Amino acid sequence: MDKTSHRGRIWVLTDSSGRLIEDIDTDQIYHNAFLHITDVAEMGQYALGNLEGWKDFPKRAKPGDIIAAGRNFGAGSSRQQAVDCFIALRVGAILAPSYSSIYFRNAVNSGFPILRCPELPDLVSGRRIESGDEVELDFLSGRGFNRTKNSAFVVLPMSAVQRDIFREGNLFAFGRLHGR
Amino acid sequence: MGMTVIEKIIRAHTADEVAPGKIVWMDLDVRSARDFGGPNVVKNYEREYAGLPLADQSKTFFTFDLCAPACTLKYADNQQVCRDFARKNGVEVYDVDSGVGTHVLMEEGRARANGTIVGTDSHMNILGALGAFGQGMGDVDITFAFRTGRTWFEVPESVKVILKGTFKKPTSAKDLTLYLLKVLGTKRIALRSAEFMGPAVASLTLAGRLTLCSMVTEMAGIIGFIPEFGPEARREIESYMKTPFSPFVPDADAVYAETIEVDVGDLPLQVAAPPSPTNVHVASELARTKIDSGFIGSCTNGRFEDFAEAARLLKGRKVKKGVMLKIVPATRRVYEELLAKGVLQELFEAGAIIVNPGCGGCAEGHVGLTGRGEVQISTGNRNFAGKQGKGQTYLASPAVVAASCILGHIAGPEDL
Repeated sequence: MDKTSHRGRIWVLTDSSGRLIEDIDTDQIYHNAFLHITDVAEMGQYALGNLEGWKDFPKRAKPGDIIAAGRNFGAGSSRQQAVDCFIALRVGAILAPSYSSIYFRNAVNSGFPILRCPELPDLVSGRRIESGDEVELDFLSGRGFNRTKNSAFVVLPMSAVQRDIFREGNLFAFGRLHGR
Repeated sequence: MGMTVIEKIIRAHTADEVAPGKIVWMDLDVRSARDFGGPNVVKNYEREYAGLPLADQSKTFFTFDLCAPACTLKYADNQQVCRDFARKNGVEVYDVDSGVGTHVLMEEGRARANGTIVGTDSHMNILGALGAFGQGMGDVDITFAFRTGRTWFEVPESVKVILKGTFKKPTSAKDLTLYLLKVLGTKRIALRSAEFMGPAVASLTLAGRLTLCSMVTEMAGIIGFIPEFGPEARREIESYMKTPFSPFVPDADAVYAETIEVDVGDLPLQVAAPPSPTNVHVASELARTKIDSGFIGSCTNGRFEDFAEAARLLKGRKVKKGVMLKIVPATRRVYEELLAKGVLQELFEAGAIIVNPGCGGCAEGHVGLTGRGEVQISTGNRNFAGKQGKGQTYLASPAVVAASCILGHIAGPEDL
């Protein structure tokens, strides 16, 4: 994969009072009732299926959309399905101030663009990023630009290992490149 | 420069420079997958590495604990997919009779102090209780580990958590753990390795250590260690390892990103209310909450002494009519000891429902799920909205769950 930037419509995961939701756990992203599924294509329909206010996300999302969430996104279980369900929907990237360690690794190893954006809570509370905005991201420089609001922001660039795995497509392809 | 526990374990498994923030390629002593994640690993393996051997079959395991024995067709199929792969590749399976994978790997001497152990269980870091670096990983990571025996890892910062003061029964390791969830939340030790120090933890038995270390996951930490081991914990760990036990201890000049002090003197009983493990209250504040069911088990509180404590309170008493008390030992060994010592008899006579070893209601597939409107009090580790069903789950110690099931509302042993 050589596409190191992305442009898409953003969904800001907020609660009923408009606040960025923190600590979204993997059972809210992909409920344990569907853990028996091993075919990635089947997983998209369950994405955010247990997150109050967002249960219809799979119907509303279109390929290339970006998700923005509060800190500690992906808390809880180690299930790869919580990443795979977004891959199935062809989500373009995920932004959050921080992630659970396991979730972040799972996304990195799948070659899915997951990016840390420490200033996201301020951007959301200051209405500099809102659901529906058209956003551009450069994964390597960390440059972000909200085309709808005509304002710039920054994300943390991919780390070296993340970038290398992303470029090869996933951990398997990366490993083969290095004789593993 | 001195090193922390995590840094020493990683250093023993890599040729790369070990310092917080550095990415290392690390050797893995044990790589495992469960009945959830496992079939995905098999599928990945057969797609990516068809015809290629495992790095080392003797270090590769399956542990079935979620849906044991399978009660859905999907899980039955998935488990058989893993068994077939295991037979073909000479891999040992701890099958549906065994119990919670992390506990089984420990009891069987597979997970050992100073080792690196990975699996498809986010509570793999529970193995910090015996001084091992356990880490939960997704199916891509585990597939790669099956094939190569290694993975990349970012060396985390370490944080020292000094617990001041001591407490007395019936306050337990679970109350301490819940209180730490209240104080530390999901931010203070997030993405770090925590080392817990102080008399309140140094004296813990292995069961108590497992309780605390399991819920470091809910604190968003990478792993928790308790560098000082009491004689009871040491004896039990040695009995499983069958070799001398000399866990790494931090150097006197080890570098910590932060030192946090928490006063746990005379700590009262604690309960986590829905919808998160960090929503912790003093138990007596929730005393009017009526309950429909209780659950004792899980990787967090599924050891012999957890059930013995419940039985001590339930002996000669009854679970209140209309309340269900579900008992799920962590492993077959725990079950055997409970049988041999008459604990199961006492729990049975009090009206409890006794189930074979496994994970319980932390995932759909074993017992412990709740219906809409149902209120459950559980010794488990998570009560996120909808996780165990539409009902409300409170988290507490075995003593609080037992007392609550006798009275039909949240209560402590002193209320009996």
